[in-house]
Amino acid sequence: MGSAVTDAHGHGQAQAIGHGHDEHGPAKGVRRWLYATNHKDIGTMYLVFSCLMFFIGGSMALVIRSELFTPGLQFVAPNVFNQMTTMHALVMVFGAVMPAFVGLANWMIPMMIGAPDMALPRMNNWSFWILPVAFSILLSTLFMPGGAPAGGWTMYPPLVLQTGDAFPFLIFSVHLMGLSSIMGAINVIVTIINMRTAEMSLLKMPMFVWTWLITAYLLIAVMPVLAGAVTMLLTDQFFGTSFFLAAGGGDPVMFQHIFWFFGHPEVYIMILPAFGVVSEIIPTFARKPLFGHDSMVYAASSIAFLSFIVWAHHMFTVGMPLTGQLFFMFATMLIAVPTGVKVFNWTATMWKGAMTFETPMLFSLAFLFLFTIGGFSGLMLAVVSSDIQYHDSYFVVAHFHYVLVPGSIFGIMAAVYYWLPKWTGHMYNERLGQVHFWLSAIFVNVTFFPMHFLGLAGMPRRIPDYSTQFTDFNSIASIGAIGFGISQFLFIYIVVQCVRKQGAKASAAVWENPKGLEWTVPSPAPYHTFNEPPHVTAGAAFS
Amino acid sequence: MAHAANHYYVPHHSHWPVVGSVGLLLLMVGVSTWLNGADPGFWVMLSGFGVLVCMLFGWFGNVISESIDGKFNQQVDMSFRMGMFWFIFSEVMFFSAFFGALFYARNMSVPWLGGSSNNFFTNLLLWTGFENTWPTNGPGDVGGDFIKMEPFGLPLINTAILLSSSVTLTIAHHALQTGHRGFVKLFLATTFILGFIFVFLQAQEYVHAYHEMNLKLTSGIYGSTFFMLTGFHGMHVTIGAIMLTIIWLRVMKGHFAPNSHFAFEATAWYWHFVDVVWLALYVFVYWM
Repeated sequence: MGSAVTDAHGHGQAQAIGHGHDEHGPAKGVRRWLYATNHKDIGTMYLVFSCLMFFIGGSMALVIRSELFTPGLQFVAPNVFNQMTTMHALVMVFGAVMPAFVGLANWMIPMMIGAPDMALPRMNNWSFWILPVAFSILLSTLFMPGGAPAGGWTMYPPLVLQTGDAFPFLIFSVHLMGLSSIMGAINVIVTIINMRTAEMSLLKMPMFVWTWLITAYLLIAVMPVLAGAVTMLLTDQFFGTSFFLAAGGGDPVMFQHIFWFFGHPEVYIMILPAFGVVSEIIPTFARKPLFGHDSMVYAASSIAFLSFIVWAHHMFTVGMPLTGQLFFMFATMLIAVPTGVKVFNWTATMWKGAMTFETPMLFSLAFLFLFTIGGFSGLMLAVVSSDIQYHDSYFVVAHFHYVLVPGSIFGIMAAVYYWLPKWTGHMYNERLGQVHFWLSAIFVNVTFFPMHFLGLAGMPRRIPDYSTQFTDFNSIASIGAIGFGISQFLFIYIVVQCVRKQGAKASAAVWENPKGLEWTVPSPAPYHTFNEPPHVTAGAAFS
Repeated sequence: MAHAANHYYVPHHSHWPVVGSVGLLLLMVGVSTWLNGADPGFWVMLSGFGVLVCMLFGWFGNVISESIDGKFNQQVDMSFRMGMFWFIFSEVMFFSAFFGALFYARNMSVPWLGGSSNNFFTNLLLWTGFENTWPTNGPGDVGGDFIKMEPFGLPLINTAILLSSSVTLTIAHHALQTGHRGFVKLFLATTFILGFIFVFLQAQEYVHAYHEMNLKLTSGIYGSTFFMLTGFHGMHVTIGAIMLTIIWLRVMKGHFAPNSHFAFEATAWYWHFVDVVWLALYVFVYWM
């Protein structure tokens, strides 16, 4: 693959290394991280932060699963249980999954499009450093009078207005998360549109870049709407407005409409970058180009468009006109079409490919199977008449955990294994990686598959106690959750081992003949990958 | 060498983002504790705001001096432009949440409370006698009787003021491009003075509404949407007018060239955005 590096481009790299000694090199000590403007440093901080949040959110999930191991109240009071479900969701959505994808975007997008860095490096730093502030504020609510928010991450009024001292802290931490996301998304869009090497036309862009471009657009479009919604909650609580008060002419259901106008695109914000990751990995290990690259772009764009007109399928039981229910049902089902295009394209990519099954590929294949299960249960939930039965049951919990854990999280893990040698210059321990994969893949199903049965049998979500006929499946799910949680320490061990350069040296290409500009630079990649726009040779091009 | 035409420009480290984060921490913790009834929170909030203002001065100051030193190439200029465009787009979406609330109230929640669609019994049993009208403070008569804000009079004058300010700003922009710096100073000053007059008149309108019309933020859904929409707009006009003032001071210092004045243009885009939001407000909040 080194042959794809042209002379002009090699020249650029020599300068990048030479620059290491002047102001563009890494600063010493803590200032390197506090004042960081380098996309790789900031990407690393995002990933480490996300990992920390993954374990904090994960321990909350284990409190939930421990309580539900047997019927009756064992470990925590119901109010604490509700705080755990609420905080688990907020931490995982805004603290673990989204920052992990922004971290991957930071690391990979400049490398994949031939840029030296993100377009707005200082704003990039601020996007990151807002997150520790936001989550310090959010997590501090656990220790406040009245406890942490306990009304669910969706913050529905009037329930959320019963939150104690935590309430304004919740609202403002959401504002800060939004601010961080919006700035991060602006940076991604500007980087992709403006910093791309001239030889890479839009349709030649790698799928990870494409899906992130679409994700960033969704972020800028909906995070401000969430900010508006929580601002209305704040003014209803403290300044006497009546947005969600029927007596004043408002409507609590209006909050749900505004929230889910944000919330549904948010679902795609958390999955589209994972689609991009899988679209990078499957071609590499099937040793075939991605099947239908352009149709993948159009499918992702269609999913993004449709995500704006399906929000009320989260609210089929709260009351809305029949025409509304029918519209949102059909629009939701329509999403199965572009999603199906993607699933079939990934499958077709592997058709007659010379496949090998390294850890990133294993995670991608698990993604393909298990995300599709989550997609199908989503279709079941889209049917208004049956959703009235499924709504707020463990079936919903099973559905969205199938798209989020073996979907988004597996996508993130696949990406980390795939690009870690490029980041560190060393291979990770492949055998341990595969052990980690099998433990994760088995335990994730042990955890979430029984929840389908629980939901169909009528067990409601967000309840700390249940009737005894649900015991067996709940115990199985709890055992799976504890197993999944413990398995993730192996992931940390593998990554730390690789970062400490204990594996074999990685070549520039790392894998066998992978496509993309990131594989044309040495491993580890230079501090500023490109100083001048590189040439996109046939070997690195996509379309 | 680092600034050759096809060479990438990468800015050096900056401590301002972290200062900004500290400012946000103080601001958010301060306002939250204050809202929870702890008075010292107010001072923490104020200090956070102060830190943020310092951060803005310092950060923009850095960028301005780098720009004057000729460090930025066309690609950096384009990054700034796109960044500003998408920032304004995010602002549009923020306002659309509140416009969405207004449209929902007028087309859904208030008619439903009045018994339309399949809500006959809701109206009969819960909100007997409530009729679907606009403006309304809801079936609970929240905040007591009030008088509706009429579109003609002060709001119409404000519309004229804001539209004229957009015209004077465009004249200033053309003058800058053709090198007539005297006109730039004059018309830019006119623009931000018109902006501040708008804010002043808006404040007068609020005082009038509170004291003589009993129209308050607490006047049900009409008061909520009226004051939140016009309030956030007024806040944006204030910010825009401050931005214009700073641009004017920079013109006085001799900044900006006829073919290179991104900060001027970004501020102008922001001002036109604020203008367009006002037109939507005037039509949907005051008039219809």
